[in-house]
Amino acid sequence: MDVMIKLILAQGMLGLNNGVFYAMLSLGLAIIFGLLNVINFAHGALYMTGAFLALILYSYLGVWLGLEWLHIGFWPALVLVPLLVGCFGMLLERLLLRWLYKHDPIYGLLLTFGVALVLQGLFVNFFSVSGTPYPAQPDELRGVVNLGFMIFPKYRLFAIVFSIFVCLAVWLVIERTRIGAMLRAGTENPDLVKAFGINVPLMVTLTFGVGTGLAGLAGVLAAPIYSVSPLMGADLIIVVFAVVVIGGMGSIMGAVVSGFALGLVEGLTKVIYAPAASTVIFLLMVVVLLLRPAGLFGRQG
Amino acid sequence: MSDMSKPALAEAGEFEEAVPHQNLSRTRFVQVLLWIGLVGFVLTAPFYLYPVFVMQLLCFALFACAFNLLIGFTGLLSFGHAAFFGGAAYVAGHVIKVWGLPPLAGILVGGLSAAVLGYVIGALAIRRQGIYFAMITLALAQIVYFFALQFPFTGGENGLQGIPRGNLFGLVDLNQPLAMYYFVAAVFMIGFLVIYRTIHSPFGQVLQAIRENEPRALSLGYNVDRFKLMAFVLSATLAGVAGATKAVVFQFASLTDAHWQTSGEVTLMTLLGGMGTIFGPVVGAITVVALQHELSGIGSWVQVVIGAIFIVCVLVFRRGIVGEIARLLRISSV
Repeated sequence: MDVMIKLILAQGMLGLNNGVFYAMLSLGLAIIFGLLNVINFAHGALYMTGAFLALILYSYLGVWLGLEWLHIGFWPALVLVPLLVGCFGMLLERLLLRWLYKHDPIYGLLLTFGVALVLQGLFVNFFSVSGTPYPAQPDELRGVVNLGFMIFPKYRLFAIVFSIFVCLAVWLVIERTRIGAMLRAGTENPDLVKAFGINVPLMVTLTFGVGTGLAGLAGVLAAPIYSVSPLMGADLIIVVFAVVVIGGMGSIMGAVVSGFALGLVEGLTKVIYAPAASTVIFLLMVVVLLLRPAGLFGRQG
Repeated sequence: MSDMSKPALAEAGEFEEAVPHQNLSRTRFVQVLLWIGLVGFVLTAPFYLYPVFVMQLLCFALFACAFNLLIGFTGLLSFGHAAFFGGAAYVAGHVIKVWGLPPLAGILVGGLSAAVLGYVIGALAIRRQGIYFAMITLALAQIVYFFALQFPFTGGENGLQGIPRGNLFGLVDLNQPLAMYYFVAAVFMIGFLVIYRTIHSPFGQVLQAIRENEPRALSLGYNVDRFKLMAFVLSATLAGVAGATKAVVFQFASLTDAHWQTSGEVTLMTLLGGMGTIFGPVVGAITVVALQHELSGIGSWVQVVIGAIFIVCVLVFRRGIVGEIARLLRISSV
């Protein structure tokens, strides 16, 4: 195969790998925004918290409890951490966000910004800013696979496939199940759904829990790839905001597709002109704003 | 899904209108006192406070007042104002250090560059409303941040250092602390007066109409987007003047000035002092800058404290310090 094509495919795979995190975070943001009308600025911080919880479960928890043999590995963390982060999210919603629904959505954004600062500040205090590697990458995912055009780390391939699976599952639940139907109805007209005897406040709390749980899950997935650092969520969330503006938050599928697609675009930009890779998503946002202000998948208003 | 065409801060509850039976003569009296207090403080501060600290304070106060023109009086939350503050600091630093322009001209060029940048970012961002506006300004400001990080003339991570303070009109040596101080004080007072006059002009009334009810302002025949853009450019320009002045005071432009955390800080100053009040952002800036100085010993706990103040303000203190006091005294805060 031509060397250039190989290079493009290789960078595309690496880009897709970043797309995993854009897709999972914008999916969570879109679900939360749909029902709560709140943009969760703390989403990046919760993703960072997820990565740290995975690290803590493996390296620190045993030491803190005085049980040196205790190391909770990657697979249990993949289940436990989203639950923990989701519970924390539900607490946030119940204790803080709930009081702001009758006010302008901007206050929700400012509140979650404050939460993000607190979380980030706390982790900066207790862990190194420069980042700690996650030591518990499972043995069965170590090593590489040959994709024909490149040698690709097994774990990264797993992350891509796993996250596509998760996104599809979430989409199916929302589009094809009774709970999903209630959720969509709540998005359209919460008062009417209440009149049918459905507990909307509970639904709101659970939705926020699921959205933040997805951020936690993305954090666990990220831990073996990037080094776990308190600042890992802050820069990511701004890119995800741009992804959300490009995709438009009108559709769940739109959030997922634009997440992966923009990861791909970012990866390919590295082939063409590497210094532009950090800004290409923002520049694409400018183009979308000029041509289709409501976003690619948003409803034109 | 619910659309976001609702104007920002549409509930008038947090603003002025919620104050019942404003006492006009008392309003007048308190306002005169506040003006005397502000001018008195600005004139005398360097004699009992560390001048560099007060200069930093005045720069951030002007920055917050410019920001307040948007959030408080037009209802637009720009989460990317650090781009104007930091961007203008770099431009001013460059033209003073490399082109050899005098400091005043450097600050004007810095402000002008922020105006151009504000026009571009504003024209893009007003295509969406509410929360989207905030996200777009944040994302566009991030481009400016990356430019500041990658362009050769900005000094990358180290920032642009060694900006000379120079002379004012070739007469006054700005290396003298007091001369520098009164120069900054003059810049602040001029900026503050420009904002005060803008708010009380017919133009400012239209902005407040847009804040209260954008569809109504539109139906009354006002070109809402044009007014929003003008407000955005004016706010960006003054934020730029504040940033450029800060660069001259500290003799360097840093990456921090263009970082999103600075956008967050100016939001907190305005929120804490009182959005949509005249003196609120000044009070908020004094509080936050003083707090950062006091807490500088506890390192990164500062961020936790700042975040906690954010949460408390949003939950129970949405009128801010000045807004709450005005409500208690039943006076106007505008």
